[in-house]
Amino acid sequence: MLATNGIPTAEELAPRIPPAERLKKGPVAVIECFQKIPCNPCYTACRVGAIEKFEDINDLPRIDFEKCTGCGLCISKCPGLAIFVVDETYSESEATVSMPFEFLPLPEEGQEVDLLDRSGAVVGRGRVVKVRKGKYEDRTPIVTVTVPKHLSMVVRNIRVGGGKK
Amino acid sequence: MKHAQIAVIGGGPAGLMAALAAAEMGAGVTLIDRNSRLGGQLVKQTHKFFGSEKQYASVRGVDIAEILSEKIKENPKIEVMLNSTVVAYYPDDGVLGIEVEEKKWVKMKAERIVVATGASEKFLLFENNDLPGIYGAGAVQTLMNEHGVLPGKNVLMVGAGNIGLIVSYQLMQAGVNVKAIIDAAPTIGGYWVHASKVARLGVPILTSYTVKAAYPNKMTGALERAVIWKLDENWKPVPGTEKVFNVDVMCIAVGLSPLAEILWQAGCRMKYVPELGGHVPVRNENMETTVPGIYVAGDVAGVEEASSAMMEGRLAGLSAAQSLGYDDGSCEEKKAEVKRELENLRSGPVGEKIRKGLSKLAS
Repeated sequence: MLATNGIPTAEELAPRIPPAERLKKGPVAVIECFQKIPCNPCYTACRVGAIEKFEDINDLPRIDFEKCTGCGLCISKCPGLAIFVVDETYSESEATVSMPFEFLPLPEEGQEVDLLDRSGAVVGRGRVVKVRKGKYEDRTPIVTVTVPKHLSMVVRNIRVGGGKK
Repeated sequence: MKHAQIAVIGGGPAGLMAALAAAEMGAGVTLIDRNSRLGGQLVKQTHKFFGSEKQYASVRGVDIAEILSEKIKENPKIEVMLNSTVVAYYPDDGVLGIEVEEKKWVKMKAERIVVATGASEKFLLFENNDLPGIYGAGAVQTLMNEHGVLPGKNVLMVGAGNIGLIVSYQLMQAGVNVKAIIDAAPTIGGYWVHASKVARLGVPILTSYTVKAAYPNKMTGALERAVIWKLDENWKPVPGTEKVFNVDVMCIAVGLSPLAEILWQAGCRMKYVPELGGHVPVRNENMETTVPGIYVAGDVAGVEEASSAMMEGRLAGLSAAQSLGYDDGSCEEKKAEVKRELENLRSGPVGEKIRKGLSKLAS
């Protein structure tokens, strides 16, 4: 439970998960922001108007999943590192998850890494398909990693090296 | 005797914004800071900030310090005194006593003063709390983020407020193992997004736990072991619930209290408001205390966070300049805008404690 250990329960997560129909169409942002705090950079980062204007800066972000293109420009702008882009159309058996990753060493594209869930537990192995670390990301690199499709809403971190617990 | 139109004491987020705002109106400013560089606690904040563009949202604290310091350096209206600690205010003639570079004693008469001295860390009472290896969170940040020195290998973090959560994340980034984060309160006090960041690194957060005792290594005398125990709903420790952590560092992040000595010396009316961190100055809506000409901003006015500190600083700077007749005609409008920003920042559920504290202060 978020309030006691920082890990959202399934009930807490449910309203933030894009509908299955939308997930079938390609990459989309999953905004894991559950608490009303004064913060709005996701709105100012979005170029396609998918994140609605904040009437009150304390509002939770409201995203129009149909407008969202999954471009990921919001990922590195979220001060809470709470935005992920999930693409369930990557392949027959695999999805990709793009996540903010502020640790060294950074993985290389093609490298295999441990996949971690929201509690930091290892749940599998995946392959890094992309690392974005330009000026725009401003030292919050975005790592895109393959995950077994059924873990697309489970994997939220990686461990470079890994292969062991 | 030095003379200043507006003396700003403290070069953190509040003081930097106060100096810039006052100079923007045309007043001359002397900005005094005890450190060797400007920025205050901002220089240790490696995370991107919350808020809106007006508070530099999505920019890291350390970069905000850089941006504001550059603006200060470029501004001919602002004189900066570094390595200078204001240690006295003489209420009879309103003179400030400043210790410069630990060797010179400078007296300064300022027409207006903005006190933006920040806050100091609270500590925790437990057996052996003075062992080497037990740090305040600010010290860990200074060591690690300013000087590149690791505090140790294995850490128990005490406090799940924003500072405890953020420093835990920074420790993990630096390759230090945070064994757990504990907090006496039944729920996490910091932003949940910060909690989730450390949770997915595998760091357990244990609420309703406090420190029972710390034990030294017999050879070195430094911290080797920490024992925590659970608190019941009345915050009473429950024997038999002890957990042991083999750690060489314990980091205490249990809150801040305003650094208000100058305000006490000046005879500002102070009020004890626990929601704001302790004794805080009574002030009007322009951040002026009960001593005319002395303004406050940032944590010294009530422990909050950097975004609101910046806005309070701007408000205090504008008000101080305006009271000296410096106003290009836009001052009222700018003050109103800052007040709206402050209200917005505080209007949500996480601002409830601050709102309660401020209403107590005003009553």
